[in-house]
Amino acid sequence: MASPLVSIDDLTVQFRTDRGWANAVEGVSFDIAEGECVGVVGESGSGKSVTALSILRLHARGAARYSTGAISYAGRDLLQASERDLRRIRGRDIAMVFQDPMSSLNPVLTICDQISESLRLHQGMSRAAARKKAIELLDLVRIPDAARRVDEYPHRLSGGMRQRVMIAIAIACRPRLLIADEPTTALDVTIQAQILELLRDLRAELGMAVMLISHDLGVIAEFARRVIVMYAGRIVEDAPVDVLFQSPRHPYTEGLMASMPALDGGAARLYAIPGRIPDPDETIDGCRFGPRCAHSEPICRTAPPRLIAIADGHRLRCTPRTRAADLT
Amino acid sequence: MTDIAAGSISGSLAPRRRFVLLRRLAGHRSFQVGLILVALLTLAAIFAPVITGVDPSSMKVRFRFKPPSEAFPFGTDNFGRDIFTRVLYGARVSLWIGLAVAAMSGLFGAVIGILAAQFRRLDAILMRVMDALMSFPAILLALGVTAALGPRMESVIIALTVAYVPAGVRIVRASALVVRELDYVEAARIAGASNIRIMVRHILPNSISPLIVHVTFVFAYAILAEAALSFLGVGVQPPTPSWGNIIAEGRDYATEAWWVMLFPGLGISLAALGLNLLGDGLRDILDPRLKGRG
Repeated sequence: MASPLVSIDDLTVQFRTDRGWANAVEGVSFDIAEGECVGVVGESGSGKSVTALSILRLHARGAARYSTGAISYAGRDLLQASERDLRRIRGRDIAMVFQDPMSSLNPVLTICDQISESLRLHQGMSRAAARKKAIELLDLVRIPDAARRVDEYPHRLSGGMRQRVMIAIAIACRPRLLIADEPTTALDVTIQAQILELLRDLRAELGMAVMLISHDLGVIAEFARRVIVMYAGRIVEDAPVDVLFQSPRHPYTEGLMASMPALDGGAARLYAIPGRIPDPDETIDGCRFGPRCAHSEPICRTAPPRLIAIADGHRLRCTPRTRAADLT
Repeated sequence: MTDIAAGSISGSLAPRRRFVLLRRLAGHRSFQVGLILVALLTLAAIFAPVITGVDPSSMKVRFRFKPPSEAFPFGTDNFGRDIFTRVLYGARVSLWIGLAVAAMSGLFGAVIGILAAQFRRLDAILMRVMDALMSFPAILLALGVTAALGPRMESVIIALTVAYVPAGVRIVRASALVVRELDYVEAARIAGASNIRIMVRHILPNSISPLIVHVTFVFAYAILAEAALSFLGVGVQPPTPSWGNIIAEGRDYATEAWWVMLFPGLGISLAALGLNLLGDGLRDILDPRLKGRG
């Protein structure tokens, strides 16, 4: 594989709490190759979004700190970059789409103003050129009647439309990486499918890498080639999508799979993993998933498991299962 | 004042509401009355020379203490000056001071409030300074500032601006603190917008509407405060007439010549009433949490 587009190495992000610094993300390492489509799953508080925001270094200084690790983008270390360099990367090289399209657009600016913003910031386009480009982009994200829509204010658009506008804004400068943080969670199901399809088409068309964050395995399965499963701020499993869905190795991944409603499942009660995700500042000896794990062994409580490659492109953080994989 | 601050924390002048807003304002009774009052007083002030044609300082000793009559609609004072003319010219001074104080305290309030909301370290310092200013009663503070700067119209404006800025800062800061956490501000940052751009283009327009309401009230307070300062002798100095100093000068003759104090007093009351009605109307309509909104 050529050198990756984004490479995260042993990243630890800490947040300030009343009781000192707590690890929101700990020892996360992964690469995203040019044009690759990576899915990140995990429940709330697992560190998915924190990781994503770290790539753009968007955590407030003072409230968060990067205690270890490095994030490099196209060979540049983003954690050491100046605020100025970062501004040049944000929106141009790396763009992001949020969960809630209803609150992601500024209510006092027209669609045109908002799409133009990054075009004019990064490409120094004139007002007229930016407007023309904005209309093209609205066409590209399949908003009908783009020439008229471009001058409207966000409140005139539905949630699905707004998410399309958000995507138009994100791809305006043809970024090499698009981070989509739960892009379909706030939309209803039919719109979800359309937005996913749009993202997939745009990815193919523009050749950009996509990091898709979701708690919805269905969305991930449909979209990503590779899936990273996060739990309590750590990567627990990282595998190609078909491998992960056919033979999940980590007990947590298994639990996630089991808690997906099956279409033919009938009226059976939905499975839920017992317990809850630990707080970042909670101390747990050994494996952080241990207390909730149905297959916990004594070793799990003594030594924290390490993330180990068990096959090509398959990493796992589970001591007993890693051993089992080695034996076979 | 505080209820505005607490009332519409994140009010924004969203364009969707601009049309509806204008329509609703036009249909709002107290807003109408306030607008008419303020408009009449403003017109009277602007066209004072056209309306009277008399010099407000010209003294006619023969006509001292004349009660209201056809020749002198509001009567005359101890120097035989026409009170009607003096009240009209006084309106110019008083309204100008009110407007200037409202505009300046609004401007500084917006700038400092946004800065405080955006830069958390600066916030602690700025807000402690504002708290210190707020801990003095406005009149006392203004009294101190005019005493230091010398009694002139400019110093009255500066003094009252200093007195009213902290409230504006608190109001803007409160709504900006809410707005800065919204997704579209984060989105702008992700698009590569600088801090200044985010403040001016994204935070300010979305946190300004409580301030707009506030400054209409400051306008009224400033007129009252100017009158108080002039009454105390540190405001606008005679012979320039302001509503406050006409009253101050008439004070000694209040029992014989009640009209000297009455008419400028009426001017102050009407201006304050009009502006308060106007502000109430604006608040009703800009603040989504108050009823009276369709």
